[in-house]
Amino acid sequence: MVAIPPPPPPRPADRPGPPIDPARVRQLVEQFLAGHDPAALAPREFLRARFDAGLAWVHYPVGLGGLAASRALQPVVDASFAAAGAPDNEPRRIGIGLGMAAPTIRAHGTDEQRRRFLRPLWTGEEIWCQLFSEPGAGSDLAALATRAVPDGDDWVVTGQKVWTSIAHQARWGLLLARTDPDLPKHQGLTYFICDLTAPGVEVRPLRQLTGEAEFNEVFLTGVRIPDRHRLGAVGQGWQVARTTLMNERVAIGGGAQPREGGLIGVLAQTWRERPELRTTGLHDAVLRLWVRAEAARLTAERLRQQLAAGEPGPEGSAAKLTFAQLNQEISSLELELVGADGLQYDDWRLRRPVLVDFAGRTPGYRYLRAKGNSIEGGTSEILRNIIADRVLGLPSEPRVDTDRPWKDLPR
Amino acid sequence: MTDLRYGELEQELRGTVREMLSAQSPPEQVLARCEGGDPYDPKLWRTLAAEMGLAGLAVPERYGGGGAGWREAAVVLEELGRAVAPVPYLGSAVVATAVLRAVDDRALLTDLAAGAATAALAAPFATAPGPPTDPTVRAAGDNLTGTVRGVADALHADVLLVPTGDGLFAVPADTPGVGRHPLVTLDLTRPLCDLSLAAAPGWRLAAGPESARAVAAGLTAGAALLASEQLGVAEWCLDTTVEYVRTRYQFARPVGSFQALKHRLADLWVEIAQARAVARHAAGCLATGDPDTPVATALAQAFCAPVAVHAAEECVQLHGGIGFTWEHPAHLYLKRAKSGAIGFGTADRHRATLATLVDLPG
Ligand SMILES: Cc1cc2nc3c(=O)[nH]c(=O)nc-3n(C[C@H](O)[C@H](O)[C@H](O)COP(=O)(O)OP(=O)(O)OC[C@H]3O[C@@H](n4cnc5c(N)ncnc54)[C@H](O)[C@@H]3O)c2cc1C
Repeated sequence: MVAIPPPPPPRPADRPGPPIDPARVRQLVEQFLAGHDPAALAPREFLRARFDAGLAWVHYPVGLGGLAASRALQPVVDASFAAAGAPDNEPRRIGIGLGMAAPTIRAHGTDEQRRRFLRPLWTGEEIWCQLFSEPGAGSDLAALATRAVPDGDDWVVTGQKVWTSIAHQARWGLLLARTDPDLPKHQGLTYFICDLTAPGVEVRPLRQLTGEAEFNEVFLTGVRIPDRHRLGAVGQGWQVARTTLMNERVAIGGGAQPREGGLIGVLAQTWRERPELRTTGLHDAVLRLWVRAEAARLTAERLRQQLAAGEPGPEGSAAKLTFAQLNQEISSLELELVGADGLQYDDWRLRRPVLVDFAGRTPGYRYLRAKGNSIEGGTSEILRNIIADRVLGLPSEPRVDTDRPWKDLPR
Repeated sequence: MTDLRYGELEQELRGTVREMLSAQSPPEQVLARCEGGDPYDPKLWRTLAAEMGLAGLAVPERYGGGGAGWREAAVVLEELGRAVAPVPYLGSAVVATAVLRAVDDRALLTDLAAGAATAALAAPFATAPGPPTDPTVRAAGDNLTGTVRGVADALHADVLLVPTGDGLFAVPADTPGVGRHPLVTLDLTRPLCDLSLAAAPGWRLAAGPESARAVAAGLTAGAALLASEQLGVAEWCLDTTVEYVRTRYQFARPVGSFQALKHRLADLWVEIAQARAVARHAAGCLATGDPDTPVATALAQAFCAPVAVHAAEECVQLHGGIGFTWEHPAHLYLKRAKSGAIGFGTADRHRATLATLVDLPG
């Protein structure tokens, strides 16, 4: 993951329109609610209408669920709807769609694609998954081997994807496939939108160390994808994937929180409620983690303020790294803190969760699930490479894989 | 929520201060001064305090100050940290200024704002904000007797602010009966001295609880804004190290291309980005009198002090032999960082404070 060009500049329609202030936005929500009673409408109808009114994600273009307004106004909108008791789109259930598919389609999709996919994505009617990783290509995503071969107006796709979260729920997948094995690896890729209900797609649960199966193996055998579901130009897959990956990291690590909002809150609560567990050493460890968690929270808050002011900083690439470290250390300490209780686990059955529920389960689950945080969405080692190369501008390690045809690379 | 960004004026201020410091006080020159025995740079202080008017940033406008406040002073401290500048800004323009603001002393604040005088709080540099400790100085009428050890920025101060059991006093430093004994310090760039007072005449600034509140205000401001100085120290260390490993060749490649080093520097960058948010939060809380100030201050010292030490240690290590060589300024930063980690209380003390403040009892 190096030497990737920056994402394309925004299109005219994506640029912020005339300034809309919080009062104006509240007024728009009120007007909308006056015509759409959340108590009377089915949630789906309500959400569709909210999207059509431009009140879904206000920073999106007009006509695509937004008002071309500042992103900073979104919390105002969400709060106004919540206060009116309106149904939301259960954002945690559709995280991949909202966090990765939407920004990618918005940035690289044709007008037709944007119109077709963004609305049901936002309302939660269609769930999305990310068909990137393969058994032979994880960190080195650009080495992937799934082939897409043109055939008339279609592409025929064959290969295997793995660790695909939520594929068992998904209607659509963000698919990266190889269209030219003779080119160096980054150049021979093309990005598609894959219909998971198409013939030739087989989704099998893949059990993870927590006992459950959030993710899957996805086998693609002669799957036909119409060319109109190609996202970006042929051979431009890597550039499009960049948008997905960048947004993935922000989605995993970002988000403003109140003090003690994350796992540190769970640990602090246990500490307060169970004085019999306290020792001097654990006390010091709890305080050290509290300090680091609060520092991370303020850093995320600073990033949010910078984004809202239109001055994004490179701190975004650090958020996911920190989030993973803290989750792992906090959950590890929590397990030791609860002592004998930590010897038990709640449920080893192969469950099929639709979202990660850190707070709702036992310390053992938290400890185990947090191990995934430094692997999913780019490992912590890869994130350090990115910070060192792109933020600090340190020289790259010598590479042997970027100029040769993909088909000649050792694997 | 405090504004954690830098405003446009703050960025301008930073630019001006950085430019002046790199012209008047590059690290090599600081080192040369340290070798001369006394690092204090009166000319640099005059420029900062009198000509640029920065000593009065946090002094109210009615006393001739900038009326701006702690956020701006924090930016100045970042730059002073970056330059390990040997000037009493923290002691006089922050700690003493906060003390004098608490007692609203027009005369002294006016002098400090004009750069006509500097003041120092007569408390050991290692004193953490918190419950007051027993004063080591006694007052008999207006005459003070006792000793205070390890005081920062007092060696060249014009006025000493001395807490006693009988209230807070101001004592002109050149009065008979005041002795200042310079110490050989770990940090070559922040001189410390022991003070001895033998019936030294002064005048009372405050009595009773008002006196304790003023001292606490000074220590809190010092601890909160020391974090910004530490941020500056850490930034210099990272920038200098990145520059060095990019250009230092071993094994026919820049040592900065070895992943073992890249990952360490990436981690350091992440820590520093966090220290920035934490330091800004502390300065912002102090500036607005936010009720979260005690938490923000303890957090700032518990977090930023170790980051500065880590950055300075990495700086020495990743420079190899030259990093251990006296003529390279890295050691000035290491010494500043490690001493700063003890100044206003160690990280551990601040964690203990947090335990009480955020209800995580031991
Ligand atoms: C819970 C979970 C959910 C996931 N969900 C999805 C999903 O929805 N869709 C999807 O496409 N993928 C998903 N993944 C896959 C994930 O993106 C990959 O596992 C990850 O990118 C690492 O790839 P890998 O497993 O092949 O490990 P490898 O790349 O083989 O890495 C092995 C080890 O080598 C290290 N390493 C690799 N390259 C370098 C390097 N250049 N420098 C230093 N160290 C290096 C890695 O950090 C790691 O420690 C998920 C993974 C998990 C754990």
